[in-house]
Formats: sequence, structure tokens, C-alpha cells
Amino acid sequence: MSKDQVYSICGMCTVRCPIMVEVENGEVSFLQGNPHASGIEGSICARGAAGLALLKDKERPQTPLIRTGSRGEGKWRSVSWDEALDYIADKLNSIREEHGARSIMLSDRGGPFRDYRRAFLRGLGTPNYFNHDSSCARNVQHAALSLFGFGRKGVSYDLKSSRHVVLQTRNLFEAINVKEVNEMMTALDQGCKLTVIDIRATVSANKASRYFQIRPGSDYAFNLAVINELLSKELYDKTYARRWIKGFEALEKFVEPYTPEWAEEETGVPAQELRSFVQELSAARPSVLWHPGWNMSRYSDSFYVSRTIYIINALLGSVGAKGGLPLVNKPGDVCRKGLKSFMDLYPKPKEKRADGVGWKYPHFEEGPGLGHLAFKALETGEPYPLKAYIAYRHDPLMAYPEPERLQKAFDMLDLLVSVTFSWSDTAWYSDVVLPLSTYLERESIIACKNGLNPYFFLRRRAVEPRFDSRADWEIISGLAKRTGLSELAYESAEEMWEFQLHDTGVSIDDFRTTGMVHLADGPQYREPDEKTFKTPSGKIEIISDKWRQAGQLSLKPFEPRERPPQGRYRLTFGRCGVHTQGHTVNNPMLYEQMPENVLWMHTAEAYKLGLRDGDWAEVSNGQHSGRIKVKVTDMIHPEAVFMVHGFGHTLPIETRAYGKGVADHKLMPNGLDIWDPAGGAVALQEHFVSVRKA
Amino acid sequence: MSRYYLFQDQKKCIGCKACEVACKTRKRLQQGPKPCCVVTVEPKWVGALPKTAFTFMPCFHCENPWCVAACPTGAMQKRPGDGIVLVDHSLCVGCKTCMSACPWGAPQWNQELGKVVKCDLCMDRVDQGLKPACATNLPHPLHPLWHSGRNSGDQAHPARQGPGSGVGGTAAGREKSVQ
Repeated sequence: MSKDQVYSICGMCTVRCPIMVEVENGEVSFLQGNPHASGIEGSICARGAAGLALLKDKERPQTPLIRTGSRGEGKWRSVSWDEALDYIADKLNSIREEHGARSIMLSDRGGPFRDYRRAFLRGLGTPNYFNHDSSCARNVQHAALSLFGFGRKGVSYDLKSSRHVVLQTRNLFEAINVKEVNEMMTALDQGCKLTVIDIRATVSANKASRYFQIRPGSDYAFNLAVINELLSKELYDKTYARRWIKGFEALEKFVEPYTPEWAEEETGVPAQELRSFVQELSAARPSVLWHPGWNMSRYSDSFYVSRTIYIINALLGSVGAKGGLPLVNKPGDVCRKGLKSFMDLYPKPKEKRADGVGWKYPHFEEGPGLGHLAFKALETGEPYPLKAYIAYRHDPLMAYPEPERLQKAFDMLDLLVSVTFSWSDTAWYSDVVLPLSTYLERESIIACKNGLNPYFFLRRRAVEPRFDSRADWEIISGLAKRTGLSELAYESAEEMWEFQLHDTGVSIDDFRTTGMVHLADGPQYREPDEKTFKTPSGKIEIISDKWRQAGQLSLKPFEPRERPPQGRYRLTFGRCGVHTQGHTVNNPMLYEQMPENVLWMHTAEAYKLGLRDGDWAEVSNGQHSGRIKVKVTDMIHPEAVFMVHGFGHTLPIETRAYGKGVADHKLMPNGLDIWDPAGGAVALQEHFVSVRKA
Repeated sequence: MSRYYLFQDQKKCIGCKACEVACKTRKRLQQGPKPCCVVTVEPKWVGALPKTAFTFMPCFHCENPWCVAACPTGAMQKRPGDGIVLVDHSLCVGCKTCMSACPWGAPQWNQELGKVVKCDLCMDRVDQGLKPACATNLPHPLHPLWHSGRNSGDQAHPARQGPGSGVGGTAAGREKSVQ
């Protein structure tokens, strides 16, 4: 009997925690976190522990499929990989010939393994790569860029050394990143304070030392008052502000009217409580970590919420501080060479992006663009027609509002391909489905995690694929071969890894003992210096020229969010510990944990509607409605209702998830049009639903 | 009580259910049985703070386990030496007597086998010097701490006195815990 331990990377959510897979006789016998990874030390979350159930699940695409019926009809022909790849490549080649490479687009869910497929797009000559982020953290990214000149990942979250952590919408104990959870717990153990600002009492709020249940949509008002208090009481870090903040006077003048008393009207938080909170923050500086948010595609001013969070961190001197938001190190910062990039094999396409990013919207970051605007380009054919779309581990029909409208837009395509390890609405609507091996059955390219101690990490194949599925690199290699991009076609993963490791001084064998290779000796904290902030002045710029030139305000006066009309509630969404959006709902093990979502509703509001805990309710907006059980609770703001995102599956092939719970994204009419031109993201919590007893 | 016990630090537990899933994955269980579970008691306001209680419920491996006494075939056993209470599947006839006997709901019904399944502290792992699946997988340091040592434990542990020790309030919550 052979028993192996394979160090690899989890694939049950986008965090991608390091794992150790125990393999006996070619079968996975145990899954745990990588015991060598700091902050992980063997632990894994429920989803990670359910990886085996994903592997064993028959209700996932098992072979390449080509559609035989009309789109979405669910009639398929099982084909060989050669046939599927030939089919796709023929279409791509003829589309490229007829409409130009720019009419090909691909989206994914970001992450550290995208260099290779982005290189494929570059090789084809299209600029149209985008990811899911305009329905996730784009506002945070742009907030960081507007102030620091670098993105949100230019700093890390130093939870374990923090003295005061503030979570505003970021639900750290339910939208789980195992390392962050563990480090937060360590900090709490050491006396770190935890403040949670949220419209409902999440598990995170349940572990907090201070909890503010603010009125939905009033976060910006709250934060402006915090800045007002920090400045008017001189509780900020003056040395840091003088040295690193440009535009301080403008900020001071701007926040003058936003007193804690003013904010009390908007947020419902007594001025005195806000004041004592600010005192506490100031006492803990600079080891304060006010998390800038993860999914901040919530309100139409969420970009400004994130910006004010970063500004508060800066005023407390925590940007670049231990226990706050320390600067991350790239390999170059610790005198090492980074991974060789596949993208560098090809020049950047000169063509302008279909979503307008970089030309129509010069303030936005080009990299992953803005998905909802790419779909609009598809819908309108402006600035040019898009003809092929590869949805790569991405399910926009569940991730964005208005799925029917998106389907109509998809009807403009000559080719729609899904690369996926689970069924999804988008896969079901595709022309070709390419089954991706699960993370336990595939390798990925080597990835680099920038941080206090940057490191390379590797996902290895733990077991051979159960079905006729393939790894990312096998799929892209297959397409590259057929589209004349021989540079990207590899015969083995090792060959591909060798290319990446070229000149790094690291060999593939170095990954054997722990699955990763650190590039520095322990964590390296760096003080900010004149090269830190990538802004024109080299400082944190309160007023961004880039945004000004794009006609967007840096300091935007507060506009109260609309209150729900009589009898309606603001629809809010979030995560839970046992599911990753929609793609785990049909996992047998996780389905058992939570087969359907419920509608959180405040006790007083439920009473008005005659609803008791556990009753069925109909929740509706526009053309859509759904039946859902009500969770009656005092733990949510009365103006809002809440549900976990990812439910309400409609594919019969997913026998467990089918028909269970309600899909929040279908309750957002015109949702694709409600987006923030300053931050770039869609605003998913600007919708009001009606609820009645079913 | 066994030489080993699982200690849950409630202050650190976030009810993430990693323990339940890890256990089931390890024991290759389908939908239904849960040899360990986390009972969630819905939040209450304590001053201005919401407080939820998460109580970890594995088998307590009682000093005088009623399930062992009730078992007509000798399938339910207390392992000599370390006191781990386990079920021998070759002897279990699926009569469910142990399930009625246990006040904590520790023996669970495995529909697939038509036999009982229960927490045996992953004794094969323990015998290799490893922690049970639940304690290995839980986000550290949230996990039930894994101590070994002969009865050298926490006096407050509910199973110190065996099943009749008057902390039955949580047992009834077992079925309710899964939403």
C-alpha cells in the first residue's frame, strides 16, 4: 500500500489556501491544511474539507460537451477533447479572420493562476480579458489606486499584530480565509479589539468588542464623521500626515460639516459612541487595521466608503505599519527575481478595450477591466462587435444581476465556451463545455504571493482525474496549438514550470518539502519611503488628478441613500462559512450543511407582515419572485432583508441544489445599469424587494 | 471516560462546521449521520453586543457508557487501555438500541450500511500519534484542543461524570443544530 502526502492548493474558493492531501493507492484519503504554512498549521475550512465530495460528485461535467439543441436547452453531445478543441479553435480562427482578434473575450475569477490564460489572449491579439471583480472588490482596488497609486494588494492585513481591527461589511468569520481567521483569533487572544460595522449581526459581530448596526447605506456618513472627529480632536498621527498625506487641508475643510451629531441622523449611531470608538482607535495607532472591504459592490457610494477607510488608516499612521496595513514585498523588494511571465511572450494588444477601460474611462485599471461594461459592449455592438466569449471558471449568469438580459447579450455571440469543474447557468447556456479537472486532479502554473515574506507556491495533481477532464494548462495548450501559438503549448507541467522558474534560483524540487518556497528570511516590514506611493507626488493623494481628469470627485459630498418605500426592504446579500457563492451548493457535503438560504428579517417588520420564524414568504422585485423561509431576528436592521448569495439553482442536472432557496441576483432589475462611474463596480444593494406571506 | 478528550474553546469557535465536514469526509459518510456536530444557540443581545453560543458535541466517551451497556451484541465497546467508545461494525446488527440509550445522540444512523456510526476519536489516527480529523482541520486555534493523558483533564467537561451529569440541555439541541 502506498501512501503519499501531496502539498497543493485548495480550490473550493478564491482564497486558495495551502493544503496537504493524503493519497493512498491513488485515492484521496485525507485532506487538511498545509501544516508548514504559517497561519494555517493544518487547518482548513468546511468547504476545503468537502473537497472529496466534489471529487466524487457525478453531477459535474464529465466529458467535453458540444451543444446540439438551442442555447440553454440542455441537449449535448459528448465529444472527445480533440473534437471539442478543434471545434473551438476553428471558430476562434474564423472569428479572428473575419472580425479581428479583438472580438474574442475571456473572463475568469481572477487569482494567482491567470498569467497563462491571459498570455493566450495576448497571443491571439485581443485586449478583452476581464474578471468577476466588478461584482466584487473593484471599488476597493480603485480606492487604493486613487489614493496610493498602487492597488489593494499593495498592502497586507497584519491581523495577528493588530491592536484594533475594524470590519466594515467584511465578514471575516463567515467569508472565510483560514489564515485570516486564525490570525484574527490569535490577535483577540492577545487583547486586540474588534469593532464590527454591519447592518446585521454576523458571526464576526458576535466576536466583536464593539458592534455598530448602522442604517443600510450610511457607511460613508459614518466614516466621514470618524475623519471629522480624528481631525477636530487632533487624534490623528500628525507626523505621518505631514510626511505622507497630500491634500490634508482639502480633507479638513471637506469633513467640517460631517460631525458625529450629523452622522447620528444618518447612521443611527449615537455621536457619543462614535466619539469613544475614535478615541479607542487613536489609542491603538498605528497598529490599527480598518479593513478596506472585500466584496464592496454594494452601494453606489461604496468606492467612497473604501476610500475613507484607507484615509482613516493613513490618518492613524497604519499604512505601512506593523499591525496595520504593512507594505507587501514583491520578489524584487527582497532582492529576488520573480516568476517569468507567459504574458511577456507577446506585446500588449494595441486595440482599445471593449469595456471602455483605459480610454473612455481613463481612471480605471486596465488589467481585468469591468465585466458589466464588457457585457454592455456585447449587447450594443459598441465600440465593436464581440463574437466569442470564454467563461473560464466564471458564472456571470449568477454573479451579475439581470441574467435574462445577459442571455440575450450572449445570443449575439458566435461562440460561447465554459471551462468549468461544476455545472453553472453559464455552462448550461454555452455552446461548448470543457470540463476542468477539480483542484485535486490538476496542476496549475506556479504562483507568487506577495506579502511580508513573499513566496512561490504550487498546486500539484494529487490524484488522476476521475472523468475525462483536463487541467488548465492542458486546455490552454490544446487551444494554443490549434491557434498558432506554439510558444504556449506544453507537453508536461514540469516543462511549463521550468519556463516560469527560469533565472529565479528556485527549482521545482524546492517545492517538495512544504509545497512553497519563501523568498526572504521571515517577515520584512518596510517603512514607507519616497518610492512607496506610486502617485505623482509620491504621497498619499487625497485629491486624485487621475479621477479629476475623468470628471470624478475625490471628496464627494454625502448623499443620503434612498430609504425603502413603504412595505419594501433593502435587499442585502453576503456569505456563510459553508458555501462559496453558487458553486458549492450542489456539493453533497455542503448541501447537507446548508441546503437553502433563508431571508433574514427584523422581528418588528416580520410581525407587521404576520410572518413567524420558519414561515414561507414570497420575496419579489420587478418580474421576479421566489419562495423562501424567513428567519425572524432582532439581529438585522429593520430597513433591510438579507440572504446568502448563490442559491435558487434552476438546472435539473444539479439534483440537490435544484429549486432550493432564492437567487438574490434575479431580484435586481436594471442591476447592470446601477454602477458607480467613480469606483467601477455594480451596486448590488441598491434594490428594494417586497415580502409577503406565501 | 477515555484517556483522550476533545476540548472546545467556545470563545474561539465561529461555528464554521469544518469539524462536522472533516469528520464526515474522514468516515466517508453520506448525507444524514453526523458523529460530531456544532449546536448553534441563536444570538442574544448581551448589552450592546450580539452573542451566539456554539457548542461542540462529539461523543463524550463516558466513564460508564450507556450505549455499551445497552448493546445486545457487544458491538458497542469501550476500548481497554484508553477508554475510547467505539462500534465494531462486524457485530452491529443495526438495532438502534444504543441510539435510544445515549442521552447525547452520539451514535448516529448510517443509512447506507444499516448500522450505527459514532465518533471513535479517529482512533486509527490517534494510534499513529495524530489528532482526530475534527481537531486537525478546524481553523487553529478554534479547534477542540486535543489533550492526552490519563484523566488529567478539565473538571468542567460535561462527560466527566458520565451521561447522568445534568448537562442535558445541549443534547436536545442536536437535531436542531443543522439549518
